[in-house]
Amino acid sequence: MTTPLLQIDDLSVKFSTPDGTVSAVNGLSFDLDAGETLAIVGESGSGKTQLAFATLGLLARNGRAEGSVRFEGREILNLPDEKLNAIRAEKISMIFQDPMTSLNPFMRVGDQMAEVLQLHKGMSKRRALDESAKMLDAVRIPDAKSRLRMYPHEFSGGMRQRIMIAMSLLCKPKLLIADEPTTALDVTVQAQIMALMADIQRDFGAAIILITHDLGIVAGACERTLVMYGGRVMETGSTDEVFENPTHPYTLGLLKAVPRLDVPQRDLQIIPGDPPDLTALPPGCPFTARCPLAHEPCPKIMPKLETVTGTHLRACHADMEDVT
Amino acid sequence: MLATKTAADNLAQAAPVKGRSLWADARARFFRNRAAVSGLVVLIAVGLFAAIGPFIAPWNYEDIDWAVLGNVREAGRPSLETGHWFGTDALGRDLFARTVQGTQISLMVGIVGALIAVGVGTLYGAVAGFFGGRLDNLMMRIVDVLMSIPYMFVLILLLVVFGRSMLMLFIGIGLVSWLDMARIARGQTLTLRGKEFVEAAQATGVRPFTIIMRHIVPNLLGVVIVYSTLLVPSMIIYESFISFLGLGVQEPLTSWGALINDGAAEMNNGLLWILGFPLFFFVITLFAFFFVGDGLRDALDPKDR
Amino acid sequence: MTAPVLEIDDLSVTFPVPKRGGWPWTKPDLLHAVSNATLSIAPGETLGLVGESGSGKSTLARAIVRTVPASGGTVTWKGQDLSKMPPDKARAHGRHVQMIFQDPLAALNPRMTVGQAVAEPYITHYPDTPKAEVRRRVQEMMEKVGLLPTLLNRYPHEFSGGQCQRIGIARALITEPELVVCDEPVSALDVSVQAQVVNLLSRLQREMGLSILFIAHDLSVVRHISTRIAVMYLGRVVELADAETLISAPRHHYTKALISSIPIPSPKAERARPRPILEGELPSPLSPPSGCVFRTRCPAAQPDCATRTLHLEEIGPGHTVACHYPLGSEALRRVKPEL
Repeated sequence: MTTPLLQIDDLSVKFSTPDGTVSAVNGLSFDLDAGETLAIVGESGSGKTQLAFATLGLLARNGRAEGSVRFEGREILNLPDEKLNAIRAEKISMIFQDPMTSLNPFMRVGDQMAEVLQLHKGMSKRRALDESAKMLDAVRIPDAKSRLRMYPHEFSGGMRQRIMIAMSLLCKPKLLIADEPTTALDVTVQAQIMALMADIQRDFGAAIILITHDLGIVAGACERTLVMYGGRVMETGSTDEVFENPTHPYTLGLLKAVPRLDVPQRDLQIIPGDPPDLTALPPGCPFTARCPLAHEPCPKIMPKLETVTGTHLRACHADMEDVT
Repeated sequence: MLATKTAADNLAQAAPVKGRSLWADARARFFRNRAAVSGLVVLIAVGLFAAIGPFIAPWNYEDIDWAVLGNVREAGRPSLETGHWFGTDALGRDLFARTVQGTQISLMVGIVGALIAVGVGTLYGAVAGFFGGRLDNLMMRIVDVLMSIPYMFVLILLLVVFGRSMLMLFIGIGLVSWLDMARIARGQTLTLRGKEFVEAAQATGVRPFTIIMRHIVPNLLGVVIVYSTLLVPSMIIYESFISFLGLGVQEPLTSWGALINDGAAEMNNGLLWILGFPLFFFVITLFAFFFVGDGLRDALDPKDR
Repeated sequence: MTAPVLEIDDLSVTFPVPKRGGWPWTKPDLLHAVSNATLSIAPGETLGLVGESGSGKSTLARAIVRTVPASGGTVTWKGQDLSKMPPDKARAHGRHVQMIFQDPLAALNPRMTVGQAVAEPYITHYPDTPKAEVRRRVQEMMEKVGLLPTLLNRYPHEFSGGQCQRIGIARALITEPELVVCDEPVSALDVSVQAQVVNLLSRLQREMGLSILFIAHDLSVVRHISTRIAVMYLGRVVELADAETLISAPRHHYTKALISSIPIPSPKAERARPRPILEGELPSPLSPPSGCVFRTRCPAAQPDCATRTLHLEEIGPGHTVACHYPLGSEALRRVKPEL
């Protein structure tokens, strides 16, 4: 049995702020195999972005990560920068949400891309620029060679995100973490980018972790889904299992709250309340305050992840039959 | 309804004593900053010195102590017995009282200058920034022109033509101080004008001047306050320079600049205390303003929500 | 057919963009944000306005509430031409037409309490109201949107995004306007909170008999709340129809591409759909293509699409489209039978 590409075990991320300790991630565990696509779904305060940052050692100064993150069998959590730099961009690459701010506005696109190759692969500037042009082609940016000389602000949002994707693939990483890659983009551009990512995944064989709140793009893009709330896993399984047969009140609530084009107009079912206050989480399930099935053990004891069938797991005290 | 009542209930339960404005937040941040607080303490102390000094000083600022005259090097030293706690100046006048008096004048000049800057400059800049277009252009070009006039020259001319008086001094300071503030206020206003809450007020139909006073100015105050604490020391330095040139307040009134001028003249004669005391007050007050200004800037940081 | 409350006729909004490196007197480029838009809103109906970036929908909204001047065409409120109104009358008009913004927190003055923010429209239009009465109305409004009235002394940053949007709604409705323009009111909110706000708007519309212009880029949300939907592309209205008709049988190629780009949260449904992707980039609004602006990306584009002038034409009951070869038409069948 091959070692999973990424193994996260009991990961916790906490931030110390003047308002108290913020628990962004609590006891998170999951595995990812090579070439697999996993979606991490959650709203604000779910901890999904911090989990990605912790993996790559990008936490803010007041953040502390505990637990274990193993990549290709090696422990990488909290490694010093010098060691992590060998992994960043080369083995694990990240695409951020806002392409406007992820690219340096003062450098030409070609120079930024070449910098990655020069730094990680020791390439000469000329060769690095060649490789960059090839990658821009791969992400379907026309006139790649001449575009290398342009500045980020001369591109549209969709193009900039393609450039980001191209940059992240330069070193042919094994794992690509995409944090809300299409949230800032129009829906037609989003469709283009998602199609591109599917092609990339097929051609480069990279595993992808897609972090998003958009259930729609998850359904069409990822094999597995993990649903987070308040820093914990609520439900996980294959995307089909989680979407077609949700067994957690939160997952069900999310699916019902999203308007869909393919079903006739119905009342949107709401999830009452507001996103959780991360400085004051109960010791039990963080969804308790908003859950229609909350009962006695919920605020006190965190439910364990239990198997529903095979790969489908849920963390909930309520009976499955009651979740409709 | 049930849904949101729960949410609001949560808010009420989770946060019983909040209702804190951004000012309260800033105040808390300011008092956590030790350098800023010590600066504030020094300023209060200097202010008290200026306010209470005349009442406790045994001598006043213009009387000459005939006993000291002619023998200033010995008899004019600072001492507790003679009642000349800071010593006397070269003419035998009590330095403590004169320092107190100089402090009063210098602080007043600094504060009045800053107030004029804040009052006139903020409104001017906010109006220019808010209306934009040709009015903005015109108003800012006026500022540009005024700024390019060498102020030293104009001020000296005024003082020479109309005679040296406190009023002239304030007019001169006032003429200069509002220009920078106008520019800063205008810049901030341009940023604010694009914000949605200003647009909301416009869409509602609120009159432009009301929008400026209700929405723009309160959100400018952060920057304005910080800048004015840095403006006060520059006004004081400005006035000191004028006095140093001999054109400031008239004798026997004095200011820090004039005292330092006198003191510098006596350095060669070994009467170091005449320079020392006014210089000390001058320096610590300026430092205190800078610390407070820094502290205010950190406390009012636009990183606030 | 009741008279519409708002009519937009041939509206255009252009912005001058100074040429880069030009002198102050060089003629600036013109950015065509909105071109020849024609719409109407009936009392009590919700008109959805959908488009992506560069479609001009937000600019159109601002032209209606007059925070942006129109460069051509007319905006008529109950028969009165708004562009001809003197400034103080136009300001008083704010009593009837209010706006809700995309970023709920940014739409509130951080230095004002929530109560003051909600009261502002009321005291602007009814300045002689005694304080106690204003307070009572503010509290009443806050309850209506589902917030505890005791919270009126709190500041905006103490509330969540969803609550801030409720405050924005309370502010917009306190003068009991007849039309509320909602500019992407739920885009910045979490999914679970979006549904709360959308439901709230529906309920308030029924209770207060409002007309709503609901602007968003998310067609799923728009379809949920709107009676009719208009689709905009590069400043032009390309299709206008009943919500259900638009979704099930779109006639404009852009509308069809838009609908097929929207992902459905169901893996089974996703696998079953054919997903033609709209290729290419949005043309620059500084120099829009001649004739039909969508022709550079349209799968059915013909040579005369660049030359023939385009108008919104009625293609079914209450269904207008701006296309020479709309889907399902004889003209299209002749040139591209496969579509």
